[in-house]
Amino acid sequence: MAITFSLNGKSTTVEVDPQMPLLWVLRDTLNLTGTKFGCGMALCGACTVHINGEAARSCITPISSLSGKKITTIEGLSVDASHPVQKAWIEEDVPQCGYCQSGQIMSAVALLAKKPHPSDADIDDAMSGNICRCGTYQRIRKAIHRAATLQPSK
Amino acid sequence: MAQALSLDRREFLKKSAAGSAGLVIGFYLPGKYEALAGIPPKDAAAINAWVQIAPDDSITLLIDKSEMGQGISTALTMILAEELDLDWKKIRTEFAPAAPPYFNPVFGLQGTGGSTSVRASWEPLAKAGAAAREMLVATAAKRWGVDPGACRTENSAVVNSASGKRLGYGSLVEEAAKLPVPVNPKRKDAKDYKLIGKPTKRIDSAVKANGKAPFGIDVRLPKMLHAVVARCPVFGGKVKSFDAAKTKAVRGVKDVQQISTGVAVVADNTWSAMEGRRVLAIEWDEGPNSKNSSETIRKLYLERLEQTGAIARKDGDADAALGNAVKKVEAVYEVPFLAHATMEPMNCAADVRADGCDIYAPTQFQTFSQMTGARIAGLKPEQVRIHTTYLGGGFGRRAEQDFITEAVELSKAMAAPVQVTWSREDDMQHDFYRPALAVKMTGGLDASGNAVAWKSKIVGPSIMSRFFPGSVKNGIDETAVEGIVTLKYGVPNFLVEYLLTEPGVPVGFWRSVGNSHNGYISECFFDEMSRAAGKDPVEFRRVLLAKEPRLLGVVNLAAEKAEWGKPLPAGRYRGIAVVESFGSFVAEVAEISLNPKAGTVRVHKVVAAVDCGRYVNPETIRAQVEGGIVFGLSAALKGEITIANGRVEQSNFNDYDLVRMDETPHMEVHIVESQDGPGGMGEPGTPPIAPAVCNAIFSATGKPVRRLPIRAADLA
Repeated sequence: MAITFSLNGKSTTVEVDPQMPLLWVLRDTLNLTGTKFGCGMALCGACTVHINGEAARSCITPISSLSGKKITTIEGLSVDASHPVQKAWIEEDVPQCGYCQSGQIMSAVALLAKKPHPSDADIDDAMSGNICRCGTYQRIRKAIHRAATLQPSK
Repeated sequence: MAQALSLDRREFLKKSAAGSAGLVIGFYLPGKYEALAGIPPKDAAAINAWVQIAPDDSITLLIDKSEMGQGISTALTMILAEELDLDWKKIRTEFAPAAPPYFNPVFGLQGTGGSTSVRASWEPLAKAGAAAREMLVATAAKRWGVDPGACRTENSAVVNSASGKRLGYGSLVEEAAKLPVPVNPKRKDAKDYKLIGKPTKRIDSAVKANGKAPFGIDVRLPKMLHAVVARCPVFGGKVKSFDAAKTKAVRGVKDVQQISTGVAVVADNTWSAMEGRRVLAIEWDEGPNSKNSSETIRKLYLERLEQTGAIARKDGDADAALGNAVKKVEAVYEVPFLAHATMEPMNCAADVRADGCDIYAPTQFQTFSQMTGARIAGLKPEQVRIHTTYLGGGFGRRAEQDFITEAVELSKAMAAPVQVTWSREDDMQHDFYRPALAVKMTGGLDASGNAVAWKSKIVGPSIMSRFFPGSVKNGIDETAVEGIVTLKYGVPNFLVEYLLTEPGVPVGFWRSVGNSHNGYISECFFDEMSRAAGKDPVEFRRVLLAKEPRLLGVVNLAAEKAEWGKPLPAGRYRGIAVVESFGSFVAEVAEISLNPKAGTVRVHKVVAAVDCGRYVNPETIRAQVEGGIVFGLSAALKGEITIANGRVEQSNFNDYDLVRMDETPHMEVHIVESQDGPGGMGEPGTPPIAPAVCNAIFSATGKPVRRLPIRAADLA
């Protein structure tokens, strides 16, 4: 069955098993490897993408549910790490191993879209689904506050 | 791993560091995994094993340590760039191939671990950088007809001090590389450092913020197949028989292959391989460990605690001193098995051909990976090329070769490139775990509250008897006793015994290794002794560390910055711990509150003081201590792998959870300025946090926490 959706602004059609999760379509069918596999059960957030602007776990989202939807992955934020959240991440020296950071950034971007100036409690709520084994949380928190000051004003 | 650095192999490095360009170029695969500058420079010439210079003056530095988050690619870049006066903006890095010039002198092979990287590489890399600089200067001076002393270097160029003329390194390198390598090149004076010691941002943040950093799991080769492996749930078990009929009917599945670790499903994508494995019917021969459980292991350990062990350290006569002691403190501490749970599950891609093999892997030990590939593929080691990717966490897990073995076996069987990917469940249930141990502590105090005797009896498995068998001597595995034999408290009668006890669960290196458990046990027991002596834990440490300035220094700094002794708001408590590991000294003060009804402890704040001697990048020290605290906190609050019927009971982050954003304390890291060392920094932040938190609980409840993880019953 062919499924068509918008991926990072481009219309994309794939012909795969309809049950295949978006994560594996991105990684294995489309070779977009920025979205990471961490747990396969929506427990760690490494696979976070945006579906119609909302943060979603691609590891449990079957591709069949995405017909006509708008999907944004880490590759769709910017080509050169110039998105305000990416810039804040670099300025706060957030990443260590870096494996979880695509998912952390996608969760942070979704949070800032809803709450341009989030409180620490908002950050706890929005980010506690994303595990970082290197323990970069304190810097992620600082980077989100910094990104709030870098966001283009609306 | 090796605590003290032996640099016996420096001679070897001296020759190879400086080495001939040809040797390196022979191994070099251009542009496979570039990081900084995007497109690799054309026609780059190697001046030594680590530095390649292109005609446009862009520089490629080969990073011979695995980057698993600890910031080593930034630190090594800083060391080379400092001595060579490189233009920071024109540096790109690449991970080095597996080859002798890149051997870690501590291990005698190429590998990253034991917090050795900066300690082992600083001198040889700085020397290689200085030698290359001298060769470039000599070449420029000759062209200008001036004395080399009349030249200086800056921004990847040699400058004629008199005329102001410049020659970029790119225009000099080919000629320079032909010069003899200076044996004792002049090193930069530390007071002239522009990079070393200055807070410097990581070089890999951008590629890690835009999804482009290639991890092992991201390797995509032409015609590559994807595989997952079903392994016996019981350690040591084997395949008896299997039925792949249903698996082969799954869309995308190409083949089912029995390999040494189990049964592999090979497909054209990862998900199909996983789906195929779900319907694979396997009968296992579970082997001798199928009756093992956490209870049987605990019983075994407690029985062993009654026996006499091999002596790991003996000062004075602890038994006699205990006989004369006015007060005795006795406690049995227990710690569980722990999983590494790197965020990137184990994986490897291999491409075995008749005349060679390429292995693309997030590995900590390139030499072992190369040997593993050669053995399985039936090739010579030099026919096996190791492409080290970024590692999505290592923590010791990626020192192992099981994931390499599987990929090479499968590529050979399929005659195609194969990537093996582990699911989270595979990763959780087939780890080499941080050992579970039981340790009996006995301390004696005299009438004035002086500590006169301290006995420790350690029961647990040995990592080294599997990993480096030759290193286990007289029944002692150094990694099982480190953190206790290394204690420097001024207790005159001190005895450490070890009973090597194998529980039928594979064990391996886990960030800070023995210090992770023995640091917890000894520091918590220290607070039990403090209380028995009627002394404040910081005061008691000051007394017993009076002759240990570096340990005393971090205790004092952490206590001062945490305002130890200043009253806290009601319901808040502090605890302190200090651990020396990997040549560094770290004290941490944790501030907590308890919710006994909910059975929870909240860690609000951690103040850390670090003395790692001379350092390269203070920003990395802070990041590693913050990360080490969170890593250790996960273990203290949650971490426990349990065994039933020979199997690991946990499977994913639902039952092996880790500290998350909402549980992360506010952390402060204070660095002692020192000319000692250098010490390691990847691991030493981890050991003190569990005892600091447990000592804070002890101060709140009056009950010591003698078993990890912390349980609700510990808080009442």
